[in-house]
Amino acid sequence: MPIPITYNIRNLAVRKTTTVMTALGIALTVAVLCAVLSMVEGLRVAFTSSGHPLNLLLIRKGSGAELSSVVSRNDYNEVIRFRPGIARDPDGRPLASLELVTIINLPSLEFPEGVNVNVRGLSPIGLELRNESRLERGRWFQPGRREIVVGSEIGSQNPSAQVGKSIRFGRGEWRIVGVFTSSYPARNSEIWGDLDQVRSDLNRFDACSSVLLRAANPVALRALASEFAVEQRLQLEALPETEYFAKQTDSGDIIRYLGTFVAIIMAVGSCFAAMNTMYAAVARRSKEIGTLRVLGFSRFSILLCFVLESVLISLLGGLLGLLLILPLHGLSTGVGSMTTFAETSFQLAITPKVVISGLAFALIMGALGGFLPAFSAARKQILVALRQI
Amino acid sequence: MRYLGLIFKNALRNRRRSLLTISSLALSLCILGVLMALYYALFHGEAPKAQMLRVVTRHKVAIAFAMPVYYRDKIARLPGVKQVCTWQWYGGAYKDEERDRSKFFPRFGVEADRFFEVYPDYRVPAAQKLAFQKDIAGALVGAHLAANQGFKLGDKIKIKGNIFPFDLDLTVRAIYDSDIDADNLYFPLKYLQQALEARGSKRSYAGTFTSLVDSPADVPRVSTAIDEMFANAEAPTHTESEYAFGLTFLSFLGNIKLALISICGAVTFTILLVAGNTMAMSVRERVREVGILKTLGFTPRGILCLLLGESAVIAMLGGIIGLLLANLLIGVLHHGPAIVQQTKTLTLQPPVLAILLGFSVFIGLSSVIVPAWRASRMSILEALQDAD
Repeated sequence: MPIPITYNIRNLAVRKTTTVMTALGIALTVAVLCAVLSMVEGLRVAFTSSGHPLNLLLIRKGSGAELSSVVSRNDYNEVIRFRPGIARDPDGRPLASLELVTIINLPSLEFPEGVNVNVRGLSPIGLELRNESRLERGRWFQPGRREIVVGSEIGSQNPSAQVGKSIRFGRGEWRIVGVFTSSYPARNSEIWGDLDQVRSDLNRFDACSSVLLRAANPVALRALASEFAVEQRLQLEALPETEYFAKQTDSGDIIRYLGTFVAIIMAVGSCFAAMNTMYAAVARRSKEIGTLRVLGFSRFSILLCFVLESVLISLLGGLLGLLLILPLHGLSTGVGSMTTFAETSFQLAITPKVVISGLAFALIMGALGGFLPAFSAARKQILVALRQI
Repeated sequence: MRYLGLIFKNALRNRRRSLLTISSLALSLCILGVLMALYYALFHGEAPKAQMLRVVTRHKVAIAFAMPVYYRDKIARLPGVKQVCTWQWYGGAYKDEERDRSKFFPRFGVEADRFFEVYPDYRVPAAQKLAFQKDIAGALVGAHLAANQGFKLGDKIKIKGNIFPFDLDLTVRAIYDSDIDADNLYFPLKYLQQALEARGSKRSYAGTFTSLVDSPADVPRVSTAIDEMFANAEAPTHTESEYAFGLTFLSFLGNIKLALISICGAVTFTILLVAGNTMAMSVRERVREVGILKTLGFTPRGILCLLLGESAVIAMLGGIIGLLLANLLIGVLHHGPAIVQQTKTLTLQPPVLAILLGFSVFIGLSSVIVPAWRASRMSILEALQDAD
């Protein structure tokens, strides 16, 4: 028969200080782990929820990213644009947009020395392909003018990127005329301007970066992707847009490795601490253990009882740790990607996955820390245990 | 002093507990040591000697924009500038990098005849240096990169172009090592220019210029002189010390400063709680024993010394072991890839060491001061009756 759990709970309540201190140690360990996980999750949410399922991105073979890719205007006009299978807008124009991507250095709140931000030159078709984006303030840029609109994350992170102000790149000043927000989080860290204007400013009349197109249906998407992959005139690779964004999730890898590494070493330390606490508990309650055995509780019940007590402490710690990092939810931060060479902003997300990992981590710590002391408690001889002071 | 023997005996009495406390302290201090060393190196560190003499010039708008090649000669003519070397990022893809971007290593075209003058601290055997400079399709690879990819002298390396419309066919001619990086591949810039000319391109490329100046004091003056010279030219520039230039890539890893500070803070608090708790626990359990010591004639001060001394010894031991572990870990980091150049020369600086050792003793003392004080003040009778 197992020992009732109220026995454990009352015991924890009696030794308040020790319980709370041990739990707090575990709480901080869990907090570090979960903070890192919420960052990784935030990044994953930002990238995996970006991209239209029917969009196909064409970049030069081997480039891996738009910034290092080159697609010529001729290829776009002659080989790509009028392929069957590409969706058309109500006016009958194919939804295939030639785009030019570059980076500029902008000072941000977190990094006053400046971070790299993507600038994208778009034609009217390009904006049509991005109709999930809405203006928050101001208006869209006008073709032929040196005007740009900035994504909402850029607007909030970079004090120099506000409506009415100007940014200098290419051959001169570009006026910021609007702020847009997209339901695809990765887009909110970009700056958009008129394709022809950006092209002439950067002296890149023929060599653009990429083509984004919308397939008419999922079957056409697959067909187009394989057609472009084998098209010898092009030397391009065709990636579904969703996949392209998902690939960039790895930009948080370094922080993840660092954080997980720290959390694991901290966990071993906290495990030792939990062990200490439980050994002390076992030593002090020697008489009690003897009494319990006399009452007929088996060695196994005693083992279970002490492991449970340790797990209870760590559970308390885990919950506390989660409570500690709850304010981090929704916090905005940025990370650079070695693929796009630009910074993407995202929000820390405490998803159920983070909560479950944190609690599981705490439970494992508690169970590991509690097992050895519980084992020594279970092994005690009744007579010896009863005689101990 | 005469209590020293007793202090050690006491510390060894509950061996299991002392061992656990020392290990948990050691682990936490090890982490704290590595993180603080990293923080110190990144935000308070000094550039290595050789690097203090170099400045890097890039396009003001962003690093992706090229500058005209003739800038090099104009910079080289400035007073205080010894030599200038042009760099150009090549990008491209080697083998299966297209699928697995984590295998990517940087590739730069550099002026082979000037490179070693600007980088005298790069260690290359003289014969290899010559072989690299003679071969327009030669490659100079870092020792760490060579070890990772298995590059040997004479190996052929083919890199598929993406930004540039042609591939590179290189032969490894030299392998270098340095304290700054050992992960790059360099090839002669001339290769790039000739390949572009062969395709009828009239564009010239210069990604960055690295200039060697006469003395560290010249760095700010030369930097401003370069930027002023090109302020109204076709491509305005941004010049900073090579060290500062390297640090700008830190922002790529996210807000490292905040992450380091908050993790250090969390670790510190955890140690305080965890170690403090166990040490305080062992004092509380010994109140009855204190009563016995008192009947034997120990003064309250003596008892306080005894208890404080014991936890100080334990904390100190934990601290020393932790810092030794940290040193080991840092040694491992030296052999890893250089995410930032600072990891290659990371050391536990004396101020960091002093802070951490002081901190570990502080933990020991502060965690037991209250229960120890209480125990030492108790009357004999009270202490003997203590049930806990």
